[in-house]
Amino acid sequence: MTTPTRRQAFEARQRRRATRIAAASTGAVILALITVIPLAPGWAAVKRSFFNAEVFAKTFPGLAQAFLMDVAIFLWCAPLIAALGLIVALMRDIRSPALYPLRLVAILYTDVFRGLPVILVIYLIGFGIPGLGLPRPWNSPYLWGSLALILVYAAYVAEVIRSGIESIHQSQRAAALSLGLSQTDTMRFVILPQALRRVVPANMNLFVALQKDVALLSFIGPVEIFRQAGVYKSLMANFTPYVGAAIIFLAITIPATRYADHLMNKQRKARS
Amino acid sequence: MKLWITTAAALVLATAATAQNDCAAGKTLSDGTLTIATGNPAYYPWVMNDAPESGEGYEAAVAYALAAEMGFSADQVTWTRTSFDQAIQPGAKDFDLNLQQFSITEDREKMVDFSEPYYASAMAVLTTKKVVEAGATATPDSLKSLIWGADANTTAVPMLGELIQPEKDPLLYGDNADVTAALQAGQIDAALFDLPTALYLSAVVVDGGTLLGQFPAARTENPDEFGILMEEGSALKPCVDAALTALKDSGKLAEIEATWLEEATAVPVIK
Repeated sequence: MTTPTRRQAFEARQRRRATRIAAASTGAVILALITVIPLAPGWAAVKRSFFNAEVFAKTFPGLAQAFLMDVAIFLWCAPLIAALGLIVALMRDIRSPALYPLRLVAILYTDVFRGLPVILVIYLIGFGIPGLGLPRPWNSPYLWGSLALILVYAAYVAEVIRSGIESIHQSQRAAALSLGLSQTDTMRFVILPQALRRVVPANMNLFVALQKDVALLSFIGPVEIFRQAGVYKSLMANFTPYVGAAIIFLAITIPATRYADHLMNKQRKARS
Repeated sequence: MKLWITTAAALVLATAATAQNDCAAGKTLSDGTLTIATGNPAYYPWVMNDAPESGEGYEAAVAYALAAEMGFSADQVTWTRTSFDQAIQPGAKDFDLNLQQFSITEDREKMVDFSEPYYASAMAVLTTKKVVEAGATATPDSLKSLIWGADANTTAVPMLGELIQPEKDPLLYGDNADVTAALQAGQIDAALFDLPTALYLSAVVVDGGTLLGQFPAARTENPDEFGILMEEGSALKPCVDAALTALKDSGKLAEIEATWLEEATAVPVIK
């Protein structure tokens, strides 16, 4: 390795200085928060209610156990959402006039399910459809609650994939067709591989959001982490279990968001 | 003129002070009024027609009797509404007393104050005729095999574990309406409620609803007793307890109970 030039040495010094300043200012802010917040008159009560070590220790294992339910629901919903989202996106791209009804269905579907709050869909499908008198196990809240999540999130994913498809320049389609590829093959071998790659970060964001919205299924019965925290809260008249649940969620969602950011950065660099 | 104002003010203060018995004076949120919280909405038979001001319904009637015992006239009582979470959140409360079927538990006592119990509730099994026709009976074995539901904010949840020990994990909901919706949709077979609420739900809310049985209030371990919730360390607690004891001793509380809570002797006892 050669000795650094004067310019490189200067830049290294500048970087070290910037790091030192950033560390010092972050430390000062944290210190200020730690000393200032406990000075608030209600701090003792808030601490007992939200940051109660005894309650935390008592409830955390139960919460972690309940979180497995969230993970399971996420795992069986995610692939179905990806598949349905792709199908709907392709339906919206249909250009044959005879198949226009399919396209119309896809448009209506995305409009309706993107326009409704998730919790509303979960209620309507989760209680409504089993209310028709389906026998067990076909009236399970797990089944219909998951379907509600899948329908809503697939609508979002479909729109994201469609934006990816439309971002591929029209000339590529023309080129592929002129090479003799069929419409289907053009989509499969030329458009989709590029389009899907482009929308990976956006879809990652959706799946982080899905991980959190799984908790909404608790409204129709399943005892996952949010509901379990609510039970503990009620029995102990203490909000600490919610803080415990928040920590568990963050342990999953922060790494996932960081990963999505990383992908996005990589993509930006590749493009520029 | 000035003398007149001072005299008038002194007179007002004096009447305000004598209006309450010495215990509660100056300890309420605003002097001379007792602010009482109920649920939103408040349910039958605890409060009739969601209108606690009428004094109709068990808890509304208890509230007014209690206020009278503490020296507040009926128009010195103001009502407010809170959810369970608002009742237990830290910080200043916007009520003096809160009664909406809060069960007294040891853990809750650490965070808020409860009065002496004003009602001891039996727990009842709410189900539908369909489930009964399918062979469910009020025996421990039959109950264990059912799929259970409950309101997640109630002590029914731990009681399910203690009294019934169901084979499958129970499903839990945010309020009574959701529990009954799940019962109606056949997603759960039965739900555990306090007896008066269960009687109301089976008669009015659930189509083909029925009560399979009850666990009596006087069962030895862990009876479900409702207390009036107050801020932790509330200065009013001794006054409320004294007033409640007086109501119990004079038979007034039992009288109110007889007026507003249905006789439930027809519901079989589960052993």
